[in-house]
Amino acid sequence: MRTRFFYLSTTVLLTTFLFGFAIQKTDNKTKQAPKVDNCLSCHKDIDDMPQGYSDYDVHRQAGLTCASCHGGDPSSTNQEVAMSPAKGYVGVPKRKDIPKFCGKCHSNIDYMRVYQPRIATDQVTQYYTSMHGKKLMAGDENVAECASCHTAHGIFPVKDPRSTVYKLNIPNTCNKCHGNSELMKKYNLPSNQLEEYSKSVHGIALLKQNDLGAPACNDCHGNHGAMPPGITSIAHVCGMCHSSNMEYFNATKMAKAFAEQDFHGCEQCHGNHCVQKPTDDMIGVGKNSKCVDCHDKGDVGYVAAEKIEGEIVQLKNSFDTATSKWEEVRQKGMNDVDIGFLLQDAKQDLIQSRTLVHTFDPAKVVVKTKDGMDITNKAIMLSDKEISEYYTRRNGFAAATLAFLVIVGALYFKIKDREKRK
Amino acid sequence: MLKNIGSKIVSSIDERYDLTPVRNLLQHKKVPEHRHSVWYYMGGVTLFLFIVQLLTGILLLLYYRPGEDSAYESVRFIVTEVKFGWLIRNVHSWSANLLVLFAFVHMFSVFFSKAYEKPRELTWITGFIILVFSLAFGFSGYLLPWNELAFFATKVGTDIVGVVPVIGQPLKVLLRGGEDVTGATLSRFFGIHVAILPAIFTFFLALHLLFIQRQGMHEPEEFKNLPEEKKKYIPFFPDFALKDFLLWVVVFNVLIFLALYFPWELGNKADAFASAPKGIRPEWYFMFMFQSLKFLPAHILFIEGELLGVLFFGVAGFIWMLVPYIKIKHRSGWKFQPLTLIGIFVVIFIVIMTVLGYLL
Repeated sequence: MRTRFFYLSTTVLLTTFLFGFAIQKTDNKTKQAPKVDNCLSCHKDIDDMPQGYSDYDVHRQAGLTCASCHGGDPSSTNQEVAMSPAKGYVGVPKRKDIPKFCGKCHSNIDYMRVYQPRIATDQVTQYYTSMHGKKLMAGDENVAECASCHTAHGIFPVKDPRSTVYKLNIPNTCNKCHGNSELMKKYNLPSNQLEEYSKSVHGIALLKQNDLGAPACNDCHGNHGAMPPGITSIAHVCGMCHSSNMEYFNATKMAKAFAEQDFHGCEQCHGNHCVQKPTDDMIGVGKNSKCVDCHDKGDVGYVAAEKIEGEIVQLKNSFDTATSKWEEVRQKGMNDVDIGFLLQDAKQDLIQSRTLVHTFDPAKVVVKTKDGMDITNKAIMLSDKEISEYYTRRNGFAAATLAFLVIVGALYFKIKDREKRK
Repeated sequence: MLKNIGSKIVSSIDERYDLTPVRNLLQHKKVPEHRHSVWYYMGGVTLFLFIVQLLTGILLLLYYRPGEDSAYESVRFIVTEVKFGWLIRNVHSWSANLLVLFAFVHMFSVFFSKAYEKPRELTWITGFIILVFSLAFGFSGYLLPWNELAFFATKVGTDIVGVVPVIGQPLKVLLRGGEDVTGATLSRFFGIHVAILPAIFTFFLALHLLFIQRQGMHEPEEFKNLPEEKKKYIPFFPDFALKDFLLWVVVFNVLIFLALYFPWELGNKADAFASAPKGIRPEWYFMFMFQSLKFLPAHILFIEGELLGVLFFGVAGFIWMLVPYIKIKHRSGWKFQPLTLIGIFVVIFIVIMTVLGYLL
């Protein structure tokens, strides 16, 4: 019995070991570069390397070789053999074939999951739905394909700052073509998007402040399926981040009126690539107001705009007063904690009031501005109390010092008197 | 009328308890007058600051609630909501620091005037013990507001205790009430600060004061050598007491000034999971030791640098306490006595290390 058990366990162990070893070998074969890669060594020797080649390229780092994409036999030192079509050599792909060329692997989830289990494999499919893809299929070889954005031989992961598609680099990558006025003229497109974007609130956040949360080109236009956002979808695109604004706007009569008149939702007031930080004078009836672009004096919209602006400006002024008083309390070293909390709430109300502008309903805005006014008034009252307490303490100290001085004087004269008597 | 009531009360007590010894002490106690007399007042100021600590501490106890969830909040409540709470807390903090400062000044004045010599050895030893307990008061009280700086400084401070061989680790666990600084440490430090230390401190303070009353003020060598007719004395009561009181009033006024114009920040609440904030440093009176330990290399020969530093300060403190029993022969060619030179070196070392601690 014991002998049978011994044989059985040995067999199981041996099988497990060999099977495990085989898996290990297969895995290594996929991941490790072959020991002999004559493509690379010969091309290096004759100094004929592809433009932008990097040893740190993501494919090279994953163990792929030249032959993995271009075919051929890297083990042969004979050029005829190594680069023979019989060995699968395809050479440099034609531009129109590049998406499919990359898609050989990138559209194959069985292949890709070995490297990145969560990677998407629909890039090529998406690409053919984009304007770039459609035009390429139609034979236009001026449009962007995979390598135009990702490069061919110096590709880095998206999160690597060296990558051309790293968030901070995207605007410049797109601008390589979209900033080319000669090229864009053919498509009747402007070429100043980067210039405008750089001046926008988004562009400043991304390019100047390196805020990776700010949107780059692809966040609005998509990347592999890049299209200009249409009239109906523009509010939705902005609403991906500015969700409350979109929700309020879509529920208004104005949304329908905009659609009927072919107005571009958010873009109509805020612009697109050059979108600026909104200011309070964009609403109301002043010279910078957007409302008066459509509304004339006396109409319902005009009156509503005037009312909304008045409410928000009043809250803003009250908030500024409370903030400066809070600063004074802080400078005087008094208790500023509760005032700070109140101001946080007031700021929230101010932001929400501004968001509620997109309802175009003064009644809804007033509910929020009233809350905000109550809070800022409370903060101002508390600040005044603390500032008054500050002076009370100092006056108290002055009075106490005076009392102490009297005691000190009395003691001094008493001591002197005793010394004199001796 | 008040005078009559007062004397009636005194005579009534005298009739029952015989106040002759007290009356004798008050009538006969004299204080020598010379150019170094000013140093006699340092001990008195330290005593006054201890009384301030006691009174403000009792007032703080009315509102302070020890505990991880309540300590910080209660101190914030004291300084923001309680009437004059800000004053009491700031006076308590400033007075604690001034107490240690005056205790150091008092100790060095006694050292350099050689007042510790026979027959006042025990007065010196009890004084040194009082100083050590004052530092312990400071260390335990620092944690009580349960703010960020205090939390991490206590962590560093108790870590240093853990370096001591054999007893270090158990002592660290005992102090912390566990492996880490937690709410248990806070409860423990609170108990130590408001019950254990005051009891021990009061005992040694009473002994210290008793010795002084029994033996009188020390007379420096140059005063002793004066002919009797040139020696000047003033009565302790009321002359010296009046001067003492005058100084106390001035110190009290300075205390309130400091409390008003330089309040002690409460900072953020301690968070064990947060990373240590910048500028973690101990109280200024521990700075010279802390800075010295930082200067030591990781290893000196086969011993850990920090361990060697801790042992050095321990031994040095012990020797300092036994100074009255150390006799070094003074040779005629020497301008300064060797012990005086050592004292000067100790003062320079403490000052330089403290300054470096804040500059580096």
